[in-house]
Amino acid sequence: MKAVRLQVISNKQVSQRYWHMVVDSSLLGETVMPGQFFHIRCADEYYPFLRRPLSIYRINKREQTLEFLYLVKGLGTKRMTEIAPGAEVDVFGPLGKGFTLHDSWDTILLLARGVGIATLAALAQEAAEKGIRCVAVLSARSRNDLLATETLQGFGAEVYKVTEEEGTSDVEHVREIIHAIMAKNDIKAAYVCGSKRLSLLLKEIVREKRIPAEIALEEHMGCAMGVCFACVCDLQEEEGLRTVRVCREGPVFPLEKVVIP
Amino acid sequence: MSVTFNLEVSIGKLRLKNPIMPASGAFGEDMEEVIDFNRLGAVVPKSITKYPRRGNATPRVCETPAGMINSIGIQSKGLEYYLAKTLPYYTKYETPLISSISADSIDEFAEMAEIIAREEVVKALELNISCPNLKGNGVAFGMDADITHQLIRKVRTVTDKPIIAKLTPNVTRIQDIAIAAEEAGADGLNVANTILAMAIDVHTRKPKIGNVMGGISGPAIKPIIVRMIYQVHQVCKLPIIGCGGVMTGEDAIEMMLAGATAVQVGTANFINPTAMLDILEEIKAYMKTYQIQNITDIIGQVKIDA
Repeated sequence: MKAVRLQVISNKQVSQRYWHMVVDSSLLGETVMPGQFFHIRCADEYYPFLRRPLSIYRINKREQTLEFLYLVKGLGTKRMTEIAPGAEVDVFGPLGKGFTLHDSWDTILLLARGVGIATLAALAQEAAEKGIRCVAVLSARSRNDLLATETLQGFGAEVYKVTEEEGTSDVEHVREIIHAIMAKNDIKAAYVCGSKRLSLLLKEIVREKRIPAEIALEEHMGCAMGVCFACVCDLQEEEGLRTVRVCREGPVFPLEKVVIP
Repeated sequence: MSVTFNLEVSIGKLRLKNPIMPASGAFGEDMEEVIDFNRLGAVVPKSITKYPRRGNATPRVCETPAGMINSIGIQSKGLEYYLAKTLPYYTKYETPLISSISADSIDEFAEMAEIIAREEVVKALELNISCPNLKGNGVAFGMDADITHQLIRKVRTVTDKPIIAKLTPNVTRIQDIAIAAEEAGADGLNVANTILAMAIDVHTRKPKIGNVMGGISGPAIKPIIVRMIYQVHQVCKLPIIGCGGVMTGEDAIEMMLAGATAVQVGTANFINPTAMLDILEEIKAYMKTYQIQNITDIIGQVKIDA
């Protein structure tokens, strides 16, 4: 956990709304886990002022590079698109706690919506390296947004795509798809990111099926190092509700404990 | 010939090896991985309340040009946890600890101050009489000179340790509150807490902060705080701790020229996790450039043409 300046190898637009950045992580000197994130300075100015938390999209250990897939949404991410290859980007991290993945699990389910796909792509990559099969349900506004699909398929994932554009992304349809997946596969664990509705759906399904599940949360952050208490969520513990910091105790939490507002 | 630069400053009987310390709420144990606390002038853990508090609704922060609005609502584990865990954690550092206290009444301030000041590790108390995020419309004790006087006077009777009153900038004349705190026996003043602010998302038409309003910090507010430090320094002899928008060593020097003895760094830590140490190095570079041997020589030394 430190702020370092890493060299940008490439920074390209990959679809209408999404950009992809590759950085040289050889100077980082820390192990990065899927589910962790970096707090990124989008410009060396006071506006945009705060850093932006971006989850890791791909971790390339041999090449010593890291990849970020980001949705260009506001001023910060817009300015990030202006960082040219060869320039440096100020990144603080890796931060937070990553996903749990047991070597003994043979098949896992990934459920992602929008930019949440980027967060689960890093997990699909690690699963592939461990010989664990992934079945993924990816939801987005449009087919154009479903750009991480190829990456996931590259890791041997079986991918189901749903979009608003095609009228296939409603919760009931996703429920049917997941039930069909579970009937065909012995799913050992499930992961979700990017949608409250889909998180609630998965919570219901895993409770019924009695399998472990994790959620990667997204939240506005201030410091991202646990001191400002800006990014909090509630966990339902045995002794009652406990408010935790997404940046420090998360961003990955057991799905059954997270109170989804 | 090597010249040594003396960065020592004092707040009452509290001696600090340098004038840089964190602002309460923008610092905590988790930062030990990023900076060496022993290099700071003081450490200031987040304000503590008597009982645990859950804090306010999210979103709790939002960005503004050169600034940030926050409404955390003092999420706190309560005094019991503070005494059992937080304070003991800091005993491993030699840096003096200033304990920031928030309370719901004058009596509660005195009760907490008495308990906390008994702890050996606590070298001074900062009374947060100015949090804009606890009551409706940002109302705080520090908005009223008489209440400020009563509050400080009461706490003065329970401890001999230095008392720093953290003032609110959300007043018509901050000098009146500063004088009230001085007359009541405070040893120092923090100028100031955040400025009450609001931002609205024009697309959703909702406030950008869950609690509707919050306090703004960051470089956007620095000129206002510099002005307030100057005004307070003109009418009051107490040492001032400047707080609001310091990002660089030059910002800290500017506050000291206006009249601050020490400077707190808050939001800058979020942008640059090593900001406090970088600011210290920049202060040393400034001292070298202008051959200033004692940092105290610049306090209040702004040159105003007659």
